[in-house]
Amino acid sequence: MEKTKVLIGLASCGIAAGANKVYEKINALKISEKIDFELTKTGCLGMCFREPLVEIIDETGSYLYGDINEDKAVEIFDKHVKQHEPVKEYIVRSDLFQAKDDNFWNGQIKIALRNCGVIDPENIKEYENKGGYEAIKKIISEKISSEKVIQTVLDSGIRGRGGGGFPTGLKWRFAANSKSDFKYIICNADEGDPGAFMDRSVLEGDPHAVIEGLIIGAYSIGAKEGVIYCRAEYPLAIKRLNIAIEQARKKGYLGKNILGIKGLDFDLYVKEGAGAFVCGEETALMASIEGERGMPRKRPPFPAESGLWAKPTNINNVETFANIPYIILNGAESFSKYGTEKSKGTKVFALTGKINHGGLIEVPMGISIRDIIFKLGGGITGGKKFKAVQLGGPSGGCIPEYLADTIVDYDSVNATGAIMGSGGMVVMDETTCMVDMARFFLDFTCKESCGKCTFCRVGTKRMLEILTRITHGEGKEGDIEKLEELAYQIKENSLCGLGQTAPNPVLTTIKYFRHEYEAHINDKKCPAKNCKQLLTYTVDEEKCTGCTVCAKNCPSNAIDGERKSAHFIRQDACIKCGSCYSKCKFGAIILS
Amino acid sequence: MRVKRVLQKNEDVKEKIFVDLSLIDSLLEKYKSKKGNLIPILQGTQNIYGYIPEDAFIKIAEVTGLKLADMYGVATFYTQFRLHPVGKHIVKVCHGTACHVQNATAISEAIEDALEIKDGETTPDRLFTLESVACLGCCSLAPVMMIGDNTFGKLTGSQAVKILKEIKIKENN
Repeated sequence: MEKTKVLIGLASCGIAAGANKVYEKINALKISEKIDFELTKTGCLGMCFREPLVEIIDETGSYLYGDINEDKAVEIFDKHVKQHEPVKEYIVRSDLFQAKDDNFWNGQIKIALRNCGVIDPENIKEYENKGGYEAIKKIISEKISSEKVIQTVLDSGIRGRGGGGFPTGLKWRFAANSKSDFKYIICNADEGDPGAFMDRSVLEGDPHAVIEGLIIGAYSIGAKEGVIYCRAEYPLAIKRLNIAIEQARKKGYLGKNILGIKGLDFDLYVKEGAGAFVCGEETALMASIEGERGMPRKRPPFPAESGLWAKPTNINNVETFANIPYIILNGAESFSKYGTEKSKGTKVFALTGKINHGGLIEVPMGISIRDIIFKLGGGITGGKKFKAVQLGGPSGGCIPEYLADTIVDYDSVNATGAIMGSGGMVVMDETTCMVDMARFFLDFTCKESCGKCTFCRVGTKRMLEILTRITHGEGKEGDIEKLEELAYQIKENSLCGLGQTAPNPVLTTIKYFRHEYEAHINDKKCPAKNCKQLLTYTVDEEKCTGCTVCAKNCPSNAIDGERKSAHFIRQDACIKCGSCYSKCKFGAIILS
Repeated sequence: MRVKRVLQKNEDVKEKIFVDLSLIDSLLEKYKSKKGNLIPILQGTQNIYGYIPEDAFIKIAEVTGLKLADMYGVATFYTQFRLHPVGKHIVKVCHGTACHVQNATAISEAIEDALEIKDGETTPDRLFTLESVACLGCCSLAPVMMIGDNTFGKLTGSQAVKILKEIKIKENN
């Protein structure tokens, strides 16, 4: 009989939700009660909305418990681990019976995330037991040529998962064809998009898959050295990567004469970023590794000819690399059978915002956005109306509700004006103001612009000023046209992706929500009731009981009135903080 | 743009803070002759002091031969680097998209009011430094703030202020 396994999700999000305490509690019980079972720290299962998560696998099957705290952990330990009686009310998923969160899992196909939340990321043996490092062993033992490996990657149809969507196999071929005495391969783990955490989860949950992907890439293009450029905001990912690299070196997967093959040398190190969004751009990233300010460089020459330290360099994203071992081991067909004609395979999305089941999902390309939000995501929080979804972060755009049947593939998403991006998917409801959303992203790109190109440096600033004015109720006629003109100029005259895509959030919101812009500018109203300066709070005299709660809580003493008689708000003193609105128990404050 | 005009010397800090420069000797020894060493050296220095003191810049330049101008350029380009001392607790309020949608602004405003400092500033007792950050990657717990290694999720303004007050009470005891 196999030992019972208890897995606890300890990625950053799990830890933030209190999973460490749960782990310590169960570990303490394990020691004090002297019960023999396997307790494993694992990565992210993707069900962020149910963190902390505890999974128990015994001889009957697997049981996933959600929303666990220390007390519930004790209960599960007593009933399930000790007496083998599952505690059904906390189970969110099981392979034995239907559970409440099955919808979140139906429709998901896990390739890049195949081991996340399943194995202990700090133990190379667990990765090997799941077929890890078998792909590179297959290449070596079957003497598969580098050209054949590249062809397999090309046949699988995988395109760059960082957002660019360039065919990975083609990129590798360019780098392989480049003649040089030394080549580099880089993994871009500078996941800077606010609202995206796919790469973090992969690095924290399955670092060896990324390392194996890099080894295969290095073999294919002939690179001798690899760099994983990871943002410093991900301390846990960096820690686990370093552990994984050390383990891989000891096992002979990295270093000199890999797997005993003479002359097959490849080593790898982690480079910590220092906090700059623009370093996600490949030439800026290389400048940063070289110790310079992370400013993009002119292309050509492309990195495949002259990249890091002027040597041929190939850069791919974390998720791309994580897919590679699977493709090599199972064949191109195993990946290309999913997806649409031009976008093959699966894609990982970070589903966040006003959604019931936020988390990390991996779905086949071709699924509709509506299915993701309403089937997997469980719909909008609080039963509010779904308004739009933001794809691609600051470089992307908003897709409105009426286009929610758009399928997820590079070309269909591009056609809406948004981009696929790296996989951040932020859901917005009727209370989200689209003008404010555009202002938020412009504020981000404006701060993150490296300053090299005038149009990006100055243009984003001017656009931000106009947007701020509009949200403050000081919009003027012609502002929308001015925004469009600036957007066009910035797109045309910027060197790198940051500038070329920075106006996208503004352009898509103007395209689909022009009426909201017009309401702000012409009527000085915010339809989503979000822009503070455009709101007025008044008292509904019928409903007001004169309880004085609002007046007591008003920070600017703007509410007058006798006890037990209707109060009123002096508009000139009101700072629109909304505290009366949230404190009133009788719904007597009207927001308009 | 990423480069902010740096204010002239902070008038409040009249007395010069003593910095033990020997602490970075081993760091410099390790990276001295490596190419692309500038950022790791600055990161290491900041790990030691919590910021990069002016005297450390000068010492790094003397030992490694890196140019002061290059170092200053890099240090002001990346948001990670600080040129002024920080408080004991760095309060990072997440302003990623998911947190923004869930009203992270209210968290920042509540903290600014309670501590009477603005974003990026440090309280006079050097207990707290307030920072807005782009994304902490805990989007499902939005809005989020992080103090040290602890992440606090699903916050409201008053909850955030309460957490800070608790830390302050602990520190004063």
